[in-house]
Amino acid sequence: MRLTQGTFSFLPDLSDAQIRAQIEYCLGRGWAVSVEYTDDPHPRNAYWEMYGMPMFDLKEAAGVMAEVDACRKTFPRHYVKVNAFDATHGWEALRLSFIVNRPPNEPHFSLEREEGAGRLQRYRLRY
Amino acid sequence: MSASPSPALDLDTLYRESHVAGALEALERELVGLVPVKTRVREIAALLVVDKLRRSVGLEAGAPSLHMSFTGNPGTGKTTVALRMAEILHALGYSRKGHLVAVTRDDLVGQYIGHTAPKTKEVLKRAMGGVLFIDEAYYLYRPENERDYGQEAIEILLQVVENQREDLVVILAGYKDRMDRFFSSNPGMASRIAHHIDFPDYDERELLAIAGLMLDNMKYRLDAGGEAALREYIALRKTQPHFANARSIRNALDRARLRQAKRLFEQRGTPLTREALMAITAADIRASRVFKNKEKIA
Repeated sequence: MRLTQGTFSFLPDLSDAQIRAQIEYCLGRGWAVSVEYTDDPHPRNAYWEMYGMPMFDLKEAAGVMAEVDACRKTFPRHYVKVNAFDATHGWEALRLSFIVNRPPNEPHFSLEREEGAGRLQRYRLRY
Repeated sequence: MSASPSPALDLDTLYRESHVAGALEALERELVGLVPVKTRVREIAALLVVDKLRRSVGLEAGAPSLHMSFTGNPGTGKTTVALRMAEILHALGYSRKGHLVAVTRDDLVGQYIGHTAPKTKEVLKRAMGGVLFIDEAYYLYRPENERDYGQEAIEILLQVVENQREDLVVILAGYKDRMDRFFSSNPGMASRIAHHIDFPDYDERELLAIAGLMLDNMKYRLDAGGEAALREYIALRKTQPHFANARSIRNALDRARLRQAKRLFEQRGTPLTREALMAITAADIRASRVFKNKEKIA
């Protein structure tokens, strides 16, 4: 099943040129870009592993692309995403995050919603 | 052979459209002397313009290697030329962003095992799309300490210099003799750097012209006596130790400004004109230590 997390996840996979253009956009806005990967794309798994440090003060996407390629080469069967963090006052948050690599066979899982007592809602994972 | 003649190509239009003319003119205007350097920069610019034209008609030759080594005594304009170089490469579309990242050994080499590679890579990533200027590059290699991490930084640099030449241009700078020693002990580095440019020392006439330019920028001017004094000052200063070409001139002018301000301050009460605020006189320059030493020797 195709994982739909982050920006552009309902679109076909981005080509490298498109990824580069997105990163250029982030750098142009002064966001710090980082690369993360995981083998567990569960929606509750908010903390993916960092691939190297976040990259500050970059002027050009080539450096990030090299990092993305290195991460894909190291973890070809993992999910890899690119995050862009906006440090300006008032934001201090991720502004863009999109998947740049998927495993050849994506695990199947879906969420099921359960009503509990009162207005409580529980989510259950179904593989 | 094809029967139809290929259409004429307009090199001049391309040259004018590329904005490189402006950058080259600025180089000519702002830097005095340095004929061999300017010649080489022009050659590189010409190569890139011609390359662009060749590409437009399908004659691919691959990106030329533009890594450079600037050697010369202190204050001969290495950093300034590197800045201009970044602009020119950007104007010609060779580098995509045209910024200059100036670093020294401290920015590349770490303090403990495993610290150097990430540090160097980070700097390289920051420099991508522009120019990486490594000042006093010979400090990277310290043969007296075999466990020095500088060698690691050099190896990473070499990799990038070879494989990612379309992403960044590396300029190594430093004093001539030490750079020569650095290259002879790192032949891999020497052979991957295509352009070795030597910056000659300025002669007295050029130094005076540089002083003129600096004063223009700072909105000062020398009166007649001041110019003669400065000429004498330069001749004397050149013979003394630690002479750093244009940098020495800049420092001398900064000190002359200080003395001018003091002189004006001491005669406060008298009305001042705009001219008086701009003028640097012989007295301001002759109060320098350089002249005092001369009297001592005499």
